[in-house]
Amino acid sequence: MNTITEIAILVLAAFVGFEVISKVPNTLHTPLMSGTNAIHGIVLLGGLLLMHEAQGVLEHVLLVIAITFGTINIVGGFLVTDRMLGMFKRKDPPKAGEDEAEEAGGSS
Amino acid sequence: MLVAAAVSSNVTDGLYIVAFSLFIYGMSGLTGPRTAVRGNLIAATGMAVAIISTLIQPHVFDGSSTPWLIALGLVLGTAVGIPAARRVHMTAMPQMVALFNGVGGGAVAIIAWVEYRHHFLTGGSNWALKSEIPSLLAAIIGSISFWGSNIAFGKLQGILPGRPIRLPVQVVFNVTLFLVAVASAIVLAAGTHSQALFILGILLAAAILGNMVVLPIGGADMPVVISLLNAFTGVSAALTGIALNNTALIVGGMIVGASGTILTNLMAKAMNRSVPAIVAGGFGGEVSAPAGGAAGTDGTVRSTSPADVAIQLSYARQVVIAPGYGMAVAQAQHAVRELEKALESKGVTVKFAIHPVAGRMPGHMNVLLAEADVPYDLLREMDEINPEFPNTDVTLVIGANDVTNPAAKNEPGSPIYGMPILEVDGSGAVIVLKRSMASGFAGIDNPLFYEEKTSMLFGDAKESVSEVTSEVQDL
Repeated sequence: MNTITEIAILVLAAFVGFEVISKVPNTLHTPLMSGTNAIHGIVLLGGLLLMHEAQGVLEHVLLVIAITFGTINIVGGFLVTDRMLGMFKRKDPPKAGEDEAEEAGGSS
Repeated sequence: MLVAAAVSSNVTDGLYIVAFSLFIYGMSGLTGPRTAVRGNLIAATGMAVAIISTLIQPHVFDGSSTPWLIALGLVLGTAVGIPAARRVHMTAMPQMVALFNGVGGGAVAIIAWVEYRHHFLTGGSNWALKSEIPSLLAAIIGSISFWGSNIAFGKLQGILPGRPIRLPVQVVFNVTLFLVAVASAIVLAAGTHSQALFILGILLAAAILGNMVVLPIGGADMPVVISLLNAFTGVSAALTGIALNNTALIVGGMIVGASGTILTNLMAKAMNRSVPAIVAGGFGGEVSAPAGGAAGTDGTVRSTSPADVAIQLSYARQVVIAPGYGMAVAQAQHAVRELEKALESKGVTVKFAIHPVAGRMPGHMNVLLAEADVPYDLLREMDEINPEFPNTDVTLVIGANDVTNPAAKNEPGSPIYGMPILEVDGSGAVIVLKRSMASGFAGIDNPLFYEEKTSMLFGDAKESVSEVTSEVQDL
């Protein structure tokens, strides 16, 4: 893929990020921050992809650390977000009125 | 591995598209209270797809030790991540997010370092500029994010003092560090490939910079900083994606970078602070010890008893509870929920006033109250509740300080002047539950405590609230 294509993807992704977030109610900012935080753990893929090219002890050790860090970021991030959101969930069920407007399907 | 051999990079690229579509769909789910849990699951599924589609490429496991080392990293990370996420108290959430963000930034910096070593030391010097520039930038930003997040964690966890720590000529020093990092990157990019020291120069300068940028920031600004560093890590992950030609990284990193930037601005706006001013250090940089303190400290405070508070609350028509981080620290949210129920059974209308940055992050207080089963429809946001204070008989301020400080409205000299507050001083009476007369997280005196209509109930918030509740029930 050439650089221009990649930069185009980068720019479009930025707009998607702006668009998605500008609609969030205040109350969900903390879980949202935690959830997006988990997503950038995707850098883990970099560690996975480089491992087979690594040479010498230092590079191997560094990449194991990078993979560990990335995994902590992903696993911890999604779990902690889920825990936080779980607290919003067990509410008295019939209070549907206010947040119905912004939701798409709302099965569970 | 027949299956693996059949997998071409087209399949992986295709699956990456599935993965980042799931990220985006999941994140849009995170924006509504009801779809949020599912949204988070969808995003996590996207992540699993991204990881698996990377691992099914046959060349990823080349080399005898490679599969084991990859497995080792994944297992270690899971073993650390799961208990950390399970055990953390909801009150400690901000520093946990800081920590998770820090390790992400660390991973970016390390990957850039290995990339560098790979191209310069072992693989020769043919590192295309289009990969090299983003990779070195990622090294700088990732390293800043790693160290900055750790300092933020230390401050919120109380390992480091929350107050601003500042050096003379701080700004000059920071700019110099940044220039050192960028200059090292340029030297490397210019192609003199024997200089192994320069990559360490980049990482080290960025590391010190990360420390220096966050150390001078007061504890109250910390959520904004964490959010900013979250965006940083996202951008650095996207840069790593460009360096490695990996679309999943580019999209995943960049949507975090963009959304993190928005979130940072929203938080800063809620505190009436500008992001550059926060990063420039301390409260308002040049504004030194607030003269505003002098106006308040010579006053006296009235202290009250749980029985008196109970009577005041029971005979009120409307009570507003303004909870703050102090309530969370005392784990008083369940006791507060009991009080609310007791008052409602006496026919008192109870509402909760939630400042956008109550707790330590936007929405943090909502999480804590939700944990205690406080009904969602009793919670009122700041703009909604402020006009209601004049119709409120009693406002109960529980462990909140800076967000109720009228100095933000009345004293142009105050460091928090201009910050939107809960205008609790508009209500008939104010009762402040507080451990002691110590000032709030921002270290600023609060004139509210000296007002005539204010009475103070000193002690542990949880015990005080429980005592008040049993007095209310006995009435």
